Amino acid sequence: MSSMYDSYKKAKLVLEDGTVFSGYSFGYDHSAAGEVVFNTGMTGYPETLTDPSYRGQILVLTYPLVGNYGVPEPDYTKHAVMKNFESPDIQVSGVIISDYSAEYSHWTAKKSLGDWLKEFKTPGIFGIDTRALTKKLREKGVMLGKMMIDMEVQFDDPNKRNLVSEVSIRQLAKYGQGDYKIVLVDCGVKNNIINCLLERNTTVMRVPWNYDFTDEDYHGILISNGPGDPKMCKATIENVRKVLKKKIPVLGICLGNQIVVLAAGGNTYKLKYGHRSQNQPCIDTITGRCYITSQNHGYAVDKKSLPGEWKEWFVNANDQTNEGIMHRSRPIKTVQFHPEATPGPVDTRFIFDDFMETVKKNARL
Amino acid sequence: MLKEKSIKKVLILGSGALKIGEAGEFDYSGSQCIKALKQEKVNTILINPNIATIQTSEHLADKVYFLPVTPEFVEKVIAKEKPDSILLSFGGQTALNCGVELHETGVFKKHKVKVLGTPVQTIINTEDRDLFVKELNKIQVKTPKSLAVRDLAKAKEAAEKIGFPVMLRAAFALGGKGSGVAHNMAELTDLAKKAFSSLPQILVEEYLGGWKEIEYEVVRDADDNCITVCNMENFDPMGIHTGESIVVAPSQTLTNSDYHKLREISIRVIRHLGIIGECNIQYAFDPDSEDYRVIEVNARLSRSSALASKATGYPLAYVAAKLSLGYTLTEISNSITKVTQACFEPALDYIVVKIPRWDLQKFKRVSTKIGSEMKSVGEVMSIARNFPEALQKAVRMLDIGKNGITGNGYNFTDLETSLKQPTDKRLFAVANAFEKGMSVDKVHDLTKIDKWFLYKIKNIVELQHRIKKSGLVPDIIREAKQLGFADKQIAEILKIKETEVRDFRKNNNIMPFVKQIDTLAAEYPAKTNYLYLTYNATEHDIDFKSRNAVIVLGSGSYRIGSSVEFDWCSVNAVMQAKRSGHDTIIINYNPETVSTDYDEADKLYFDELTFERVMDIYELETPKGVIVSVGGQIPNNLALKMHDSGVNVLGTHPKSIDSAENRHKFSELCDSLEIDQPEWKELSNIDDVKEFANNAGYPVLIRPSYVLSGAAMGVVYDEKTLESFLEKASLVSKEYPVVISKFLLNAKEIEIDAVANKGEILVSAISEHIENAGVHSGDANMVLPPQKTYIETIRQIKIISKKLCKALDITGPFNIQFLGHENKLKVIECNLRASRSFPFVSKVMKLNFIELATKAILGEKVKKVEKSSLELDYVGVKSPQFSFTRLRGAFPQLGVEMGSTGEVACLGDDVSEALLKSIISTGFRMPEKAILLSISGDKNRYRLLESVKLLSDMGFVLYATAFTKKFYEGYGIKMNLLYKIHENKEPNVLDYLQNRKVDMVIHIEQPGRTYEHDDPYIIKRTAIDFSITLIQNAQLAKMLVNALYLKPELKIKSWDEY
Repeated sequence: MSSMYDSYKKAKLVLEDGTVFSGYSFGYDHSAAGEVVFNTGMTGYPETLTDPSYRGQILVLTYPLVGNYGVPEPDYTKHAVMKNFESPDIQVSGVIISDYSAEYSHWTAKKSLGDWLKEFKTPGIFGIDTRALTKKLREKGVMLGKMMIDMEVQFDDPNKRNLVSEVSIRQLAKYGQGDYKIVLVDCGVKNNIINCLLERNTTVMRVPWNYDFTDEDYHGILISNGPGDPKMCKATIENVRKVLKKKIPVLGICLGNQIVVLAAGGNTYKLKYGHRSQNQPCIDTITGRCYITSQNHGYAVDKKSLPGEWKEWFVNANDQTNEGIMHRSRPIKTVQFHPEATPGPVDTRFIFDDFMETVKKNARL
Repeated sequence: MLKEKSIKKVLILGSGALKIGEAGEFDYSGSQCIKALKQEKVNTILINPNIATIQTSEHLADKVYFLPVTPEFVEKVIAKEKPDSILLSFGGQTALNCGVELHETGVFKKHKVKVLGTPVQTIINTEDRDLFVKELNKIQVKTPKSLAVRDLAKAKEAAEKIGFPVMLRAAFALGGKGSGVAHNMAELTDLAKKAFSSLPQILVEEYLGGWKEIEYEVVRDADDNCITVCNMENFDPMGIHTGESIVVAPSQTLTNSDYHKLREISIRVIRHLGIIGECNIQYAFDPDSEDYRVIEVNARLSRSSALASKATGYPLAYVAAKLSLGYTLTEISNSITKVTQACFEPALDYIVVKIPRWDLQKFKRVSTKIGSEMKSVGEVMSIARNFPEALQKAVRMLDIGKNGITGNGYNFTDLETSLKQPTDKRLFAVANAFEKGMSVDKVHDLTKIDKWFLYKIKNIVELQHRIKKSGLVPDIIREAKQLGFADKQIAEILKIKETEVRDFRKNNNIMPFVKQIDTLAAEYPAKTNYLYLTYNATEHDIDFKSRNAVIVLGSGSYRIGSSVEFDWCSVNAVMQAKRSGHDTIIINYNPETVSTDYDEADKLYFDELTFERVMDIYELETPKGVIVSVGGQIPNNLALKMHDSGVNVLGTHPKSIDSAENRHKFSELCDSLEIDQPEWKELSNIDDVKEFANNAGYPVLIRPSYVLSGAAMGVVYDEKTLESFLEKASLVSKEYPVVISKFLLNAKEIEIDAVANKGEILVSAISEHIENAGVHSGDANMVLPPQKTYIETIRQIKIISKKLCKALDITGPFNIQFLGHENKLKVIECNLRASRSFPFVSKVMKLNFIELATKAILGEKVKKVEKSSLELDYVGVKSPQFSFTRLRGAFPQLGVEMGSTGEVACLGDDVSEALLKSIISTGFRMPEKAILLSISGDKNRYRLLESVKLLSDMGFVLYATAFTKKFYEGYGIKMNLLYKIHENKEPNVLDYLQNRKVDMVIHIEQPGRTYEHDDPYIIKRTAIDFSITLIQNAQLAKMLVNALYLKPELKIKSWDEY
């Protein structure tokens, strides 16, 4: 008599310290390598797996039951931006879970998670003690890993590559016809950032990460999220440095926060195991209010390195790391978390309102 | 440091007795609240007549009042204690209602008492349907559309406005008459016509049947920080009360968009309403779109918040209490990690499943259908890393003799109906449907249960088939364990012994792993040991280096016969073991308890109390031993089996426990000690039963084998009823013999609760029942010290207890129940464990029996206590709380099967005062003008003659039917005639009840008498339905009338003032 696991190929996750976790392949039956990180969100795997900030990473989902509601067909806004995926591709190198639901149920579902992974040639392993794995990553820090399914592969450190260049748009793209023109520097932008701008009477000019936008005509700049080490984005940092001197409203999100800090002369560093979750409390240093935020970053801003004309805007209530900065006199603000959410809580959507207020005020001047 | 310096003395309202819809969860919330306040050095005063709770223990509130939570009593306590503030949200609906009334009558204003936390107006806005809808409309949040109409034309109009299908409901709940779903105008016309034939008004409502039911637990502070701590999804869709539903946390079938849409609305609603502290919001959610309706908001700690608290490890009640003192969420730290803080939303890396526990077989004439009204008496919660594992664990935790959801021998003959009309057994019907090959689509059509859940149940059923075919094969057994199969379940499938499966597993290294609940999915290390076991893992989270550890087995789910009192015992045992220098480990799985707070024991295993699981934990922890005598019957039943498997059972030897539990062994022991017992026999055929009954004389008590679930005990008064009783359910057979015993009428029942060390009694308390034997000891009113028991009887009780204690070599708690009949004592039961009345006697005597018992069990030096319950200069009375009002149609009768769901106890300077306080605490209202006497048989009438005279002297207008009237008029008492219900003449008993022309009914039946008509049922049921006090026991009636006559002052004295 056969076990239900017989229909799945045996697979292994090997970490760079030699630890091996055994499970079963439920995605694309192909080996892959990357940096192993974990996310503690309990819902939103279609959004998470398509988030370009995960480029090069093998993602461990700590919530054990995955695949329950299947995967939907892409759905688009009137501006032809995807609503239910954060980019057109699955961005992770692979996904590691505990309990996989091949049978799914939701009115929007069109296919199983496994079939979707296969479609995008992304491997997935289930049957792993993801809690044991997460504890290891928490204690030793993120590690390189390889998913061994069909062939031998070598460890591969994605942070040595310029990951941003892999996920950024190649050519300029324009969305919407709103009154305010926003340059969106695409370092691996999530679709919902574009949507959040378009919902606020904007025309979005999405530019490649290394595009010199300084001479363009615009009301505000948004520097997006993206994967990897911010220091790799030399061209972006250079361009941003130029606009920081102007009185143009700037909003940085996630990698955008780090790029602004680097452009301003501050420094960034790598966190031991990053923040990847939907429950990070961040305190607004001005109001004292605390917000629950969605996050996905492995690098952080060294708050001690901030030049004098800058101050910390948000701070993480759990570990006191920097969650955003603001310029003391110019309209430049950044956040380390994801106000656009998807996945995650929408409590900080006001960040976009706040940005647009500044843009509007500035445009009138 | 205290945030709001003006808060110095806070009054906390408890929830009173456990009842359906309001159970032990409020002991958990109240206890956490008091702990939080004490940390801030706030003076705490608690009013709660539930003496069996932890919150009323000496180590918590500064002052405890065992008094009714009613406006009258609370106001008096306020006047006496002069608190500056009050908390209303920790004592369930009881406390909330009481608080709202006190607010509305200006009591708080008058006494300058500040309501902490959510403002009263906000509470009112959530409680009043119209105000609630109005408030939510203001922020464009949808509620179910509902229109009240008074004629057919308006009903049609309403239906068109709302859109079909619509639900028709009676505006006043009168047995669901005229309710139903109309899919079109024709059906509506039909239903509405029927309804209007007997009702003036009906509600036409939007029909939400089949929608998903989702809940969020929301916390908000005075600075407007707002978080959702947990969401939960009901397995049973809309239409079934959430207290009656199987619930999972977190939600399983919601996408990111679904989840955060509802989360955002929750926060918007709670901000708009202005809640400060904790609340619960319930949604109906369309399974085919993102449409939703807000069903309700509970602006207080609730059953759901207790569940959410245990499900996440986030101490909701504790945090809510701190917030009500003015703290913000960012000022409170996460008590699990100690480094992160309370302003966050827990990330779970497991699933929890809650299943309600029903005891409907304990009641006659109650429907087993479940729906919009709550009938369950408790619940269990399981934790695992996949749904099947959690589900099957939870089924076992119910302790209803099922090893999992399959292989229970269920065969639902009308499967479709069983699926379509939910009963307490529907989960098993779903499994049975898959066993019989029904498709997921079909089961979904019939139940509307989301297919995701159904696929998982089908997987379990399929695996069972594979186990059957393959036998003991490592891969299959591993998979079975991962899907939550128990060793015993596998053994039964393969028709082998449980130990064979266990040995096979161990030989093949198929073992469970211990995981920790940490609120952050391993992102931060947990400093607490809140644990569960799972087979879906490869590593333990903890090490097992406990020092001299003691495992205390808890009591499982609340049920009739076992509730919060055993939680009090478990927690006290843990506290004492800690003080005695042991590491403590508790195993329990009831989310409504204090024992499952992770700060009580050093390690909390939130897991099964089955032999298999307890052994798993024992083998991992290698403790000094296990305490089995403080958690009621579940641990007691495990004692011998564990002992045989090499477990060191602490306290009384398991063989002694067996000698007391095993009827034959116990009888032999009593014989050898010359202790009298009511005559009994175990018999396996009906002729022998008859012979016994004829020889001993009727009435006899018959106990069917406990294996036949749902078979209740019964007292029969003649051969005819004996036959029908046994034949009805073929209750007697070789396989399932019955135990028959002589049933003594007019016998007094007396109990002893005691603690012993090595066969010597250290302390004891003797309590008497007000009701004569025949009323289950759990349903009787109990008096301590005894008022009517002879000194000689007490002396005899002591002698017998000493003999038994010595013979059984008892170390620890025990309880013996006696019948006093014609100056002779007979032992009816002997339990070598703490009994239901341990907290009662401990608190009345101000001497913690469990503390002493635990010391004895742990082998500490203990001395005999020289305090006698007979010397108390006050009296304690414990009264049962019935939940008949909640169980529509149930026969409100007292008998040998327990029917009460909870209890209270109060103290008084004499028995009258204590009794009145105590029964007022259970909802009794003092009669004001008219009383109906429905007393059958001259013997009973004579017995109550003095009482009836007293009632007449007090000026009550007395009503009675012909014979009763005639009887009492013969003694010169003025009576007014009412016709019996079946006589159908006016003035009629029914009319007087339904129009509440009487405010108390004394209804005494003649034992064993049968009726051609249904009057006794109708009288009692109508009294219950119209909230008229019902007294149905002669001894209680006498005692009560006497108390009413004496009119003692109901003094406002705190526990320490006695």
